[in-house]
Amino acid sequence: MTFTLDPAVPAGPLEMKWTRYRADMRLVAPANRRKYRIVVVGSGLAGASAAASFAELGYQVSCFCFQDSPRRAHSIAAQGGINAAKNYPNDGDSVFRLFYDTVKGGDFRAREANVYRLAELSVNIIDQCVAQGVPFAREYGGLLANRSFGGVQVARTFYARGQTGQQLLLGAYQALERQIGLGQVAMYTRHEMLELVVVDGRARGIVVRDLVTGQVTGHVADVVVLATGGYSNVYYLSTNAKGCNVTAIWRAHKRGAAFANPCFSQIHPTCIPPSGDHQSKLTLMSESLRNDGRIWVPRRPGDERVPGSIPDAERDYYLERRYPSYGNLVPRDLASRRAKEVCDEGCGVGPGGHGVYLDFRDAIARLGRQTIAERYGNLFEMYQRITGENPYDVPMRIYPAPHYTMGGLWVDYNLMSTIPGLFVAGEANFSDHGANRLGASALMQGLADGYFILPNAIGNYLGGTKLEAVAPEAAEFGDARHAAAERTERLLAGRGHKSVDAFHRELGRLMWDACGMSRSREQLRQAMERLPALRREFWDTVYVGGTETDLNQNLEHAGRVADFLEFAELMCRDALEREESCGCHFREEFQTESGEAKRNDERFSYVAAWEYTGADCPAALHKEPLRYEAVRPTERSYT
Amino acid sequence: MRLTLHVWRQPRGSAAGRFVRYEVPDATSDMSFLELLDVLNEQLLARHEEPVAFDSDCREGICGACGVVINGEPHGPQTGTATCQLHLRHFPDGAELWVEPWRARGFPVVKDLVIDRAAFDRIIQAGGFITARTGSAPEANTTLVPKRDAETAMDAAECIACGACVAACPNASAMLFVAAKASHLGQLPQGQPERYSRTIAMVRQMEREGFGSCTNHAECTAACPKEISIDFIARLNRDFLTAVRQGAAAPRVEEAEL
Repeated sequence: MTFTLDPAVPAGPLEMKWTRYRADMRLVAPANRRKYRIVVVGSGLAGASAAASFAELGYQVSCFCFQDSPRRAHSIAAQGGINAAKNYPNDGDSVFRLFYDTVKGGDFRAREANVYRLAELSVNIIDQCVAQGVPFAREYGGLLANRSFGGVQVARTFYARGQTGQQLLLGAYQALERQIGLGQVAMYTRHEMLELVVVDGRARGIVVRDLVTGQVTGHVADVVVLATGGYSNVYYLSTNAKGCNVTAIWRAHKRGAAFANPCFSQIHPTCIPPSGDHQSKLTLMSESLRNDGRIWVPRRPGDERVPGSIPDAERDYYLERRYPSYGNLVPRDLASRRAKEVCDEGCGVGPGGHGVYLDFRDAIARLGRQTIAERYGNLFEMYQRITGENPYDVPMRIYPAPHYTMGGLWVDYNLMSTIPGLFVAGEANFSDHGANRLGASALMQGLADGYFILPNAIGNYLGGTKLEAVAPEAAEFGDARHAAAERTERLLAGRGHKSVDAFHRELGRLMWDACGMSRSREQLRQAMERLPALRREFWDTVYVGGTETDLNQNLEHAGRVADFLEFAELMCRDALEREESCGCHFREEFQTESGEAKRNDERFSYVAAWEYTGADCPAALHKEPLRYEAVRPTERSYT
Repeated sequence: MRLTLHVWRQPRGSAAGRFVRYEVPDATSDMSFLELLDVLNEQLLARHEEPVAFDSDCREGICGACGVVINGEPHGPQTGTATCQLHLRHFPDGAELWVEPWRARGFPVVKDLVIDRAAFDRIIQAGGFITARTGSAPEANTTLVPKRDAETAMDAAECIACGACVAACPNASAMLFVAAKASHLGQLPQGQPERYSRTIAMVRQMEREGFGSCTNHAECTAACPKEISIDFIARLNRDFLTAVRQGAAAPRVEEAEL
């Protein structure tokens, strides 16, 4: 299998590329669109907005999600907001500035042309969402309100209380449901994609399992869109929903789609720490808390006194000590790494020592309890609901948690993968966030991909491609159905003793230690040695139970964990090969004297795109060089 | 802590169900209720017994996937809390808990505690949207929305469609769900052109799905994890009355059926 990594970026100056693209692209006439069927997998921001927009154009659409309703996709949990270069506050924002902040935030590991287009489209997204009735926050005069978010100097974030993701998703969901009602979209809920079907080198459909009946069926398409989210659950504990998984993009990878930058995963610094072995997921607390809370740990390792009885002299306010100018407001990656360090040194607090204090004592003394309640009341309430502790009286305990994955399937400027006809959108692709994503940018990217980029890109593809008819009886579909069914059988045949969850937890711990916030050659090598053995153990000793012709949630989980066990090795390999520190990827061997990330542009200014070469064969590395024409990569410093 | 659970087990929708008693001796007060079910399922798997099927996804109270009736109360005893955010510290050690699915004609049981809520999606299909094709939107700030209206719309829009309102209602009415969506969209200037046809279409679809009508018990509001106000049902009734008086055009989907 060979492929070329042609990013297909249009010629011309940066600010003219998208305009030119649309001027030059091929079109499908309205009367011909109904002859094409598009399969969309996933119904989050990217999937739902794409499916609805295709249907509005007149294409026949089939949309699949594993949840019981498309409205439950994990985009719904995004809290903070969505960025757009509207410059309503008159504070100097522009498309270029949003583009620059995003490229810099990604530590210069994203493709310039894609990011610029994202910034351009940001303004259209807000228009579209307002027209759909998304209840964004307003000023008293009725105009839209903005707030500022981490890592930038302008206020460009639009928000709907702390539920921006929910409201944006409901806008896209309602547009999608309208098209389902009109018969333009066939919606398949409680269906999971198990295979991608490639015919004559092009993506021509998928094989899915009906999670209620267990039936495995093939769906023929002219174009397949994967909008299936990220893979933070490789760490078991993350802020992702329980169902989030790598399966769809991993299966596509095994059919020929290159996987780009799998090691770029973001760990969010302010989450509620795990309370015990039963912990099933982690909950994010808005990082705005760092504006008034002071982060500290006891100076003495193993100090078990209650926080209130530890005098100031025996506390280590480690962020304020190390970063006097930024203090508690250093970027996400630094705050996370430093927390892990002090906990590794034995100074962590709470169960298992996995936590640091976020203390509002001084802010309450300075501003009064009332002011703090006004600013953070709902967050304090959420914290108390989960931990049973009152943060007005005792400091919060926080710990970093996996949150977002910048890596994903490699796509060109069309958002098309290395398999023609397979498009990838939202968190599932790699394209816009480089090595680190800025706050309020994920929602923007998902909707830009779904509402505005894919409807153009797919017309361009179909308009320029002659596709032969494919029948669901074709051998390729039979093979894929067979492969999926065989795998299920194998999972159910096991009469072992260890549960799927036990394997998932073990994998999570392994990846957290070796390929989490901080990575080293030795740890990565050890993990890569352990993973094949863990995979064998899984297939030899796992007990799944139940039947395949029935709702079997443990079987669903088993299939996903089996894929994570394969994928994890590629993630470690990518982290091992990238001998530099950049963004969220911190290699212990590559740091400055003060312990900061040391990027190596000379050797690593590229996208690592991995090609699958067979089971237990090392993946082949292809490189897409990153060329910066509009910006000059600079070093990040926060001391 | 030690808990005794009586869990509704039903192999499939067409089969008969029954309560099965389980002991969980090693629960802790920091666990969420769903984590308690996880622990129970691990026990069952260790004995090669079939685990309890239940829906959940985000486990932070926003996706709306989870929800079981605990001792007769949808989402359990803690107000304004979805099942995934309910922690065991709200139960005494040794408590005996009866766990069952939402029960309503409109929500058939799929298996154990899993139900089919597709009826809610069909209500949205009937009219729970603003028609705004991608690409045709005007500049966002040309639509002014008074802050108070935006806040009211948001109060309604917070609904997570879990269905607890239906489970709590003696009539198994979906009025709070329908009212929340109708009020969210009907409160905004963008939602005005379709306001009355939307109301008629959603209410008619709700009736077709087998949900009952509202007789003001207000159990829905009490059970709602987002504490959506029953005031929105009054708004829905008012809009419905206006729609009927005006002879609001029968909506598109209904026309197709006639």
